[in-house]
Amino acid sequence: MNKIFIVARREFLTRVQKKTFLLTTIGVPILIFAFYAVIIFMSVKSTSDFKVAVVDQANVFNGKIDEKKSSEIIFSFVNEDTATLNKKLEQKEYDAYLYVPAGFSISGQSNDSLQFRSAKTVGLMTREKIENRVSKALEEKRLLSMNISRAQLDSIQAQKELITFANTSGKKENQTKVGVSYAVGFISGFMIYIILFIYGTMVMRGVVEEKVSRIAEVIISSVKPFQLMMGKIIGIGAVGLIQFLIWGALAIVLQLAIPVLFPQLFEGMQAQPVQPGMMAAIDATKQQPDMIRGLMEGLNQINFPLIVGCFVFYFLGGYFMYASLFAAVGSAANEDMQDAQSLLLPIMMPIIFGIVIMMQAVNNPNGSLAVFGSLFPLTSPIVMMARVAHGIPDGVSTFQLILSMLFLILGFFGTTWLAGKIYRTGILMYGKKVTWKELWKWAIKKN
Amino acid sequence: MSKILELEALRKYYATQKAVDDISFSIEKGSIFGLLGPNGAGKTTLLRMITGIFYPDMGQITFDGKPFDPLNDIRMIGYMPEERGLYKKMKIGEQALYLAQLKGLSRNEAMEKIKYWFKKLEMETWWNKKVEDLSKGMSQKLQFVTTVLHEPKLIILDEPFSGLDPLNANLIKDEIFGLAQRGSTVIFSTHRMEQVEEICDHIVLVNLGKKVLDGSVAEIKQKFKENQFKIRLQEKPANTNSNAFSVLQDHSNDLVVKIHEGFRSNDVLMHFLQQGTTIESFHEILPSLNEIFIRIVEGSSALTRSFQKVD
Repeated sequence: MNKIFIVARREFLTRVQKKTFLLTTIGVPILIFAFYAVIIFMSVKSTSDFKVAVVDQANVFNGKIDEKKSSEIIFSFVNEDTATLNKKLEQKEYDAYLYVPAGFSISGQSNDSLQFRSAKTVGLMTREKIENRVSKALEEKRLLSMNISRAQLDSIQAQKELITFANTSGKKENQTKVGVSYAVGFISGFMIYIILFIYGTMVMRGVVEEKVSRIAEVIISSVKPFQLMMGKIIGIGAVGLIQFLIWGALAIVLQLAIPVLFPQLFEGMQAQPVQPGMMAAIDATKQQPDMIRGLMEGLNQINFPLIVGCFVFYFLGGYFMYASLFAAVGSAANEDMQDAQSLLLPIMMPIIFGIVIMMQAVNNPNGSLAVFGSLFPLTSPIVMMARVAHGIPDGVSTFQLILSMLFLILGFFGTTWLAGKIYRTGILMYGKKVTWKELWKWAIKKN
Repeated sequence: MSKILELEALRKYYATQKAVDDISFSIEKGSIFGLLGPNGAGKTTLLRMITGIFYPDMGQITFDGKPFDPLNDIRMIGYMPEERGLYKKMKIGEQALYLAQLKGLSRNEAMEKIKYWFKKLEMETWWNKKVEDLSKGMSQKLQFVTTVLHEPKLIILDEPFSGLDPLNANLIKDEIFGLAQRGSTVIFSTHRMEQVEEICDHIVLVNLGKKVLDGSVAEIKQKFKENQFKIRLQEKPANTNSNAFSVLQDHSNDLVVKIHEGFRSNDVLMHFLQQGTTIESFHEILPSLNEIFIRIVEGSSALTRSFQKVD
C-alpha cells in the first residue's frame, strides 16, 4: 500500500509540476470563457442597425409596421421609386428596402407580392426577424379587417401556453427543464467520454514511456508490477480530479463574473421575479433575458447534488476501469506508440458505443437501449450521466442506479484483475510484436 | 563462511523453452560471483527469479539462511538489469530519492545516502539536472548508485560496464571491490570474460538453461588446462624434438610446447638444459576464460536457440 502511494505521488507530482498542466488547467477554461465573452459582448453591444426603407404604395401598413422599438431593424417609410432606392442602397443609406406594389392587397386577392431587396446578402437571423415582423403585421391587419376587434386580438395573443406536460405521478414538467436536462445529460456524458480518453491515454503513454526508457525492470525489482500499475493509475486519476476541481472552481467564479461584466444581460431578470409558466407571455422585446431566465429556472429544477455526486462516481469508476485496460495495452507496446494504437481499438469500441447510446438516452432515458447501456459497466459511466440528468425517478430508478454502480465496481475489479496479469507479463517483454490473442493468453494463464 | 544465496533445482519453463532447467548453486557471503553464459542461456530469467520478479516453477531459493520471501527480502537486494533506464524528464536527485524510497528507505535516510554516494562519485553538481542531459556513461553511474544506495546484502549487476569508458569502468570496479569488502555479495553477469577473470572469485556458466561449469576461476582454469608451456630461449638449439613433448608453435626463440602424458614440466627444462641453451623464461599457459567459454558453448545449439519458434 505504501509503495503504491510512493508511485502515485511521483506520477501526480511530475505531472502537476509541468508547465503544460498549469496551461491546460487554467488556460483552457479562461480561453473558452474569453471566447464566449466575446460572443456575448458582440451580441449585446451590436449597434449596427439594419435599416430598411419601406415603400408602401398600397398603403397596407399605414406608415407603421408594428409597435416594436427594437434597435436592430429599423423600418422607415419613404416614397421614392426603386431606381433612387437602388442608388441609396449602393450609397449605404439603407441596408435594404421593402417594396409594396400598388396592387397588393391584404386579403390576398392580387398576384402582386412584397419585394425585398438588399445590397448584401442578409443574414439568416436578420432575415427571419424581418419576415416575422412583416408577416405578423400583415396577419394582424388581416384579422382586424375581418371584424375582429383590437381587444379580442390582444386576448387571443395573450393566451399561449395551453399544454402542460406532466408524467403519471402528476409532477409538472417544464419545457425548459427537459431542455436543460438534455443539455446537462449530454454535456456530462460527453465530459466522461473525454475524460476516459484523455486520462486513459495518459496512463497508456506513461506505461509505454516506462517500458521504452527501460526503467520498468529497475522498478519492478523494488515493487510488484501491480503496485506500479495501480500507483500510476491513482496518481493520474488524482491529476484528473484536481484538474476538474480547478475547472469547477473557475466555472463558479466566472459565472459570478458574467453579470458583473455584462449587466445588460441581466437587467430584465432582476426587475421581475421569475414565475414559472409565464415566460411566453412576457413582452417579446425582452426576449434575450427571458431565455436566460428560463435557463436559470430549468437549472434550478435540476438535482445538482445528485448529478455532481454521480459525475464524480462515474468519472472515477469509469476512469479506474478503463485506465487499467489502457495500462495493459501500453505494457504490450514496443518502442513506439504505433503498436499501441492498433491494440487500442477493442478498448475504444465500447467507449464509442457508450457515446452513441448516450445520445439516444438523453432523448429517451428509459428506452431499453439506454437501460442496457447504463447498466453495462463498459458503457455505464457515459450513458448513466444522460439518464441521471433527468432526475430520479423520471430518468432512472434508484434501483437501477444502485445496480449500475454495483456493476461498475465489479467491472473495475474484473478489468483490473485481467489487466494486471497482462501488464505483469507485458512490461518485461521486449522486442516482440504482441497480438490480442497473446494478451488474452497472458490474462487467463495461471500466475 | 555462510551462504547468502542457495539455489536448489531451480526450474522455469516457458511455453516452448526450458529457460532455466534444474540449476543449483550457492554463493558465499562477501564474494564476487560471476554468472556467465551466451545470449539466451537463461541468465536473465535466473536473475529475475533471484530478484523476485518471477516465481520459479520448481525448486527452492534460500536467501541468507531462510526461504526467499520476495516481499521482504527485496529490500536486501539491489538489481541493475541489463535493460535499464531512468525517467528522462525527472531531475537526478529526485530520481535517486524516488528509487531509494521504493526500496523502503525513509526520505531522510535516502537523502543522507544519496549525498554520501554523490559526493564519493563526484556527482554533487548533478542534483538538479535531468537524465536526458546526461551522457550514457554518466547515467550508468547514476544507475549504479541507485542500485547500491540502500546497502543491499546482495547486489546483482547485469553487464554493469557496457557503455562506460575505461576510467569510469575502473571507478565502478573499485566500488564493487569496496562493497564486497564491506560484506556485500555481488553477482556479476556478463559475457566479457576478461572482466570476469579480473573481478570474480567464483563463476557459474550456464548454457541452454543448464549449469555447465561451477567453481573458482583458478580451479576452472586448472581443470581446462592442456599442459601447454611457453619457453623462451636465448638461442634455439638444433634439436627441439623429444618424446616428452611436442612443439605446437615455433616463433624464432619462443616455443609453445605440449607435454605428453606421463611427463612433467621438468622434463622439458631438462631437455633444453642438456643442450646447453640458456632459458630466459618458462611458464605454463592456462586457458583464458574466453577460450573455455568458447570451447564449451561452441558446438552446442546455443546460437540457434534464440531463434526457436515460440507460439
